[in-house]
Amino acid sequence: MSAAYLSLLGVLIPLLALAGLGLLASKFKAWGSRQEAALLAIALLCLVTGLTAGLFATPPETKMREVMRILYVHVPTAWNALVFATVALIAAIGSLSNKRRSWDATNTAAIEVGLVFVVMLLIQGSIWGKATWDSFWEWDPRLTTTAIMGVSFAGVLSLRSFADGGDRKRVWTAVASIIAYIDVPIVYFVVDLAPGIHQERSSPGTVSDEFHWPLRAVAFGLLFLGSWLVLKRGRLELLTTEAEAEAPAADGPALVAGGE
Amino acid sequence: MSLLQQTLAVLRKDLLLDWRAQGRTTAVLLFGLTTLLLFSFAAGGRGSSGRDLAGGFLWLALLLASTLALAESFRVEVEDEALEGLVLLPVRPAALYFGKALGNTGFLLAMSAVLAPVTIGLFGATVRGSYLQLIAFLVLGIAGLAGPGTLHAAITARARGRDVLLPLLLFPLIVPVLVAAVSGTTLVLQGDPMGRATTWLAVLAIFDGLYWSACGLLFGKVVDA
Repeated sequence: MSAAYLSLLGVLIPLLALAGLGLLASKFKAWGSRQEAALLAIALLCLVTGLTAGLFATPPETKMREVMRILYVHVPTAWNALVFATVALIAAIGSLSNKRRSWDATNTAAIEVGLVFVVMLLIQGSIWGKATWDSFWEWDPRLTTTAIMGVSFAGVLSLRSFADGGDRKRVWTAVASIIAYIDVPIVYFVVDLAPGIHQERSSPGTVSDEFHWPLRAVAFGLLFLGSWLVLKRGRLELLTTEAEAEAPAADGPALVAGGE
Repeated sequence: MSLLQQTLAVLRKDLLLDWRAQGRTTAVLLFGLTTLLLFSFAAGGRGSSGRDLAGGFLWLALLLASTLALAESFRVEVEDEALEGLVLLPVRPAALYFGKALGNTGFLLAMSAVLAPVTIGLFGATVRGSYLQLIAFLVLGIAGLAGPGTLHAAITARARGRDVLLPLLLFPLIVPVLVAAVSGTTLVLQGDPMGRATTWLAVLAIFDGLYWSACGLLFGKVVDA
């Protein structure tokens, strides 16, 4: 038990550190297109190697046979969904405390990428569930809390779209992200607290050695791919909010007298 | 003035407003009763299924009525910029939050004092456990709805499309509270030979503590924006 937790921390902490350092400290404008292209290239390299190894080089699992290979995308997707939710939380706290627009952009982008990962996770889980449980959906605590996580992220994004004015947008997104994060530890620990049909958490302690490195490769691939998406999406959001802030007030006269 | 005194002053103001606008209270109450009636039509009225689901119906009626009550409690503040005035007063934002959240909890508890007996009567349920436990579930469960609900109502009251947004933000958040409250209430109604109700009370207390402290901290940011 404790060994499993330790090894899990060994995976999560570097993942978080990477995501945190790479994204939060970044000023979006400091990233050149070449560095971004390199990030994407590393992401694709990791994904291609990891997935090729997962599909062809590793042995099948004893009970689920070939179906189990979906593990190599499902588990890394789950890890990364939680990682980007955490990035959003850190960015939300940053955005509330120092009001920088780049924190707000990171917050929004991370929630969006997190939502994409949650949706991917649910789709992969449904496919796996159909193959092993013979049903696309079960009201298992793990599945239910994950779906709730997705809905609350979507709620944050729709709140943002309904907010008028730059500062309200920033504050409301941050506050709603922090409150929505309460579900994230529940998703993580629910397999211990209320075990259901979903199998136990996958970590180096609960998965055979042969499966480790493809899992890690895909996890880092998705992390880099997600980070690349956060960078792109975050920069777009930053430019949008800056343009909105600089635009002339809409209620002023359209034609202003004066000039030569 | 201490935080407690400020909180009580805000609470007093809110309760006074509720008292003077009794039409609003009646409307929300009637809405809750109507949803209970609709549930009984949907579930086929009395019978074993209605009895088994009575706890769930009570909480759904309370939840649906709470979105109206919560939205209403901030609509009156946004109207005529009353909230701006409140923020300008030398009152700590946390006191504003706790006062309003307590006011909403009190309002919904008053609703539940009518809705709970009506649910029991409509669906032919009986209280096999202790009444004290039933009251504890109502208090803690309603506090779990009102805590995050007050914060999100403060946000959505000033957003476009607020009627859609409040349930959209609130419902996913309160699922743990709803699960604990429904399971506990059902145990109290149907009898609890294994003594599991106390665990659900503890779950409710934990979530209440989490939501009330987090929302109390964040409320100041929300009203300033």
